[in-house]
Amino acid sequence: MGINNIWVFAQVANGAPTSGSLELLTKARSMGATVSVWVAGDGAAVAGALGEFGASKVFAVSYGSNLAGVAVASAMKASIDAGQAPDLVMFPQSYEGRDVMARLSVKVGRTVLTNNVEIVADGESVTVTTPIFGGNTLVATTFTGGTPYLAAFRPKSFVPESVAGSAAEVVVVNVPDLGATGAAQVIAVHVEETTGPKLDEANIVVSGGRGLGESAKYEMIESLAKLLKGAPGASRAIVDAGWVPYSYQVGQTGKVVKPSVYIACGISGATQHMVGMKGSKNIIAINKDKEAPIFGIADLGIVGDLHKVLPKLIEALQGR
Amino acid sequence: MGCAKWVLVRKNGNMNVIVCVKQIPDPANPGALDASSNTLKREGKLILDESDSYGVEMALQLVAAAGGGEVSLVSMAPNSETSGLRTALAMGAAKAVLVSDPALLGSDALTTAKILAAAVTRLGGADLIIAATESSDGYTGTVPEQMAEVLGLPSVTFAKKVSVEGGMLKVNRQTEDGYDEVTCPLPALISVTAGVVEPRYPSFKGIMAAKAKPVDEVTAADLGVTLVGWAGAGQKVSSVTQAEARAAGEVIEDDGEAFAKIVTFLEGLKVI
Repeated sequence: MGINNIWVFAQVANGAPTSGSLELLTKARSMGATVSVWVAGDGAAVAGALGEFGASKVFAVSYGSNLAGVAVASAMKASIDAGQAPDLVMFPQSYEGRDVMARLSVKVGRTVLTNNVEIVADGESVTVTTPIFGGNTLVATTFTGGTPYLAAFRPKSFVPESVAGSAAEVVVVNVPDLGATGAAQVIAVHVEETTGPKLDEANIVVSGGRGLGESAKYEMIESLAKLLKGAPGASRAIVDAGWVPYSYQVGQTGKVVKPSVYIACGISGATQHMVGMKGSKNIIAINKDKEAPIFGIADLGIVGDLHKVLPKLIEALQGR
Repeated sequence: MGCAKWVLVRKNGNMNVIVCVKQIPDPANPGALDASSNTLKREGKLILDESDSYGVEMALQLVAAAGGGEVSLVSMAPNSETSGLRTALAMGAAKAVLVSDPALLGSDALTTAKILAAAVTRLGGADLIIAATESSDGYTGTVPEQMAEVLGLPSVTFAKKVSVEGGMLKVNRQTEDGYDEVTCPLPALISVTAGVVEPRYPSFKGIMAAKAKPVDEVTAADLGVTLVGWAGAGQKVSSVTQAEARAAGEVIEDDGEAFAKIVTFLEGLKVI
């Protein structure tokens, strides 16, 4: 038998599938199975992009004002009940992806393994790999229950590869009756305008942490990021403190980034943070504590006061 | 559940909230796996997961705004551990159900959700159930939504702003592009992001009072949940290996000219 039929849930953001979703599509294709994609909302808008990366069929769940997660999970369950059960469902670790996998997990009575960076199928047996302790240890876990196996992956686990395929066939799927679970309704959608490159796609990321001392000093991080045509990021500590929005957070709870250069300013390097940035090609760290764990992974470490180093660095770059 | 609770909320202004809290090893200490079970070592003193302090604070604020009601806690932890629960009780929660059972070792997220949902039911349900988006040690990140499905409740995950008006929940929910405004009738479940509110520090009076607050300790069998732990898990750990370590580079003390080192480094990479 083996893994013959794979579903990939594609997260759509700003009208296009996220790169994390295209990665999963690429990986699913390489496993030699029939690959179908599920999306929440307008399938026609993304059929071209998904087809380019090898999807032949897109199930588009028309979820109206419902929350996408519960709607897509219910539609998937209805399809499984109708005899279309996949062997494996792959999810990107995204806001909607997490809701879909969690609801589906209960509906089909199967566990869901999250935070994976690799998947290997050997006949019937499917094993996924999860980094723990800030990526120092890799745990391989094999599914032991029945199919469908449910697995979620961190962004940037695979490299998306186009096969220059033609637009995928779109099958519009209506949402089954959600009962009480469908009571939550979206009444307004807000798109936050961002200038400059996206945090998880930027070539250079400059992040600030508690060492900045106060919220107003985050301006230095933004200036430096702008000068380097990069994106500003943050540690969880200053997001929790309310200095910057959650969308700036780099780490296990926030975004996973793998830029060419990552500059960590006033960040000690808690496990929570390291998980999200240690895949960066080059890491520069500025911290006044020479024992800070961040220096253990930095290519260039500056032990010093960022309030002295950063203004000089900004001035030097402005002068170029 | 259903509409009855909601009517109750509107009639007398009471609001009962249950918060899911996890007691975890202090994140300041490096984590370790137990060599025989391949589960996270959770012996020794456990503390309240900082992520959950936001949910506790949110619950206390919502109950205060409603003008009545109480905050209860549900938690699953080994060795009858209550130190993290006591912190949440000291903040102002009234009581707790603790599920502690050696049989739960190795439980997957689905089993955990079933256990916590059963603990919620043991408390008689609530108008609102609050959890963090994910724990700081296992960070599977699916348990809140799985609980909602087990309980047949609507849910709003990644809530970054929450209020209750006229028995209706209003939430700003984090999305890939920004945020959605979501409304939802009670009863419901939400997961809250860190930073959604500023958690209070327990007062001395609160700490003293917490010692006498009731903690109902139960086993999985008491809750009627069977096939737990490794026996019920749809997964097994097949290997644990060390990742290739990233080597440290050059570390220098700033002598006033360290900025120039950074400029040179960036030039070398041809990014400036």
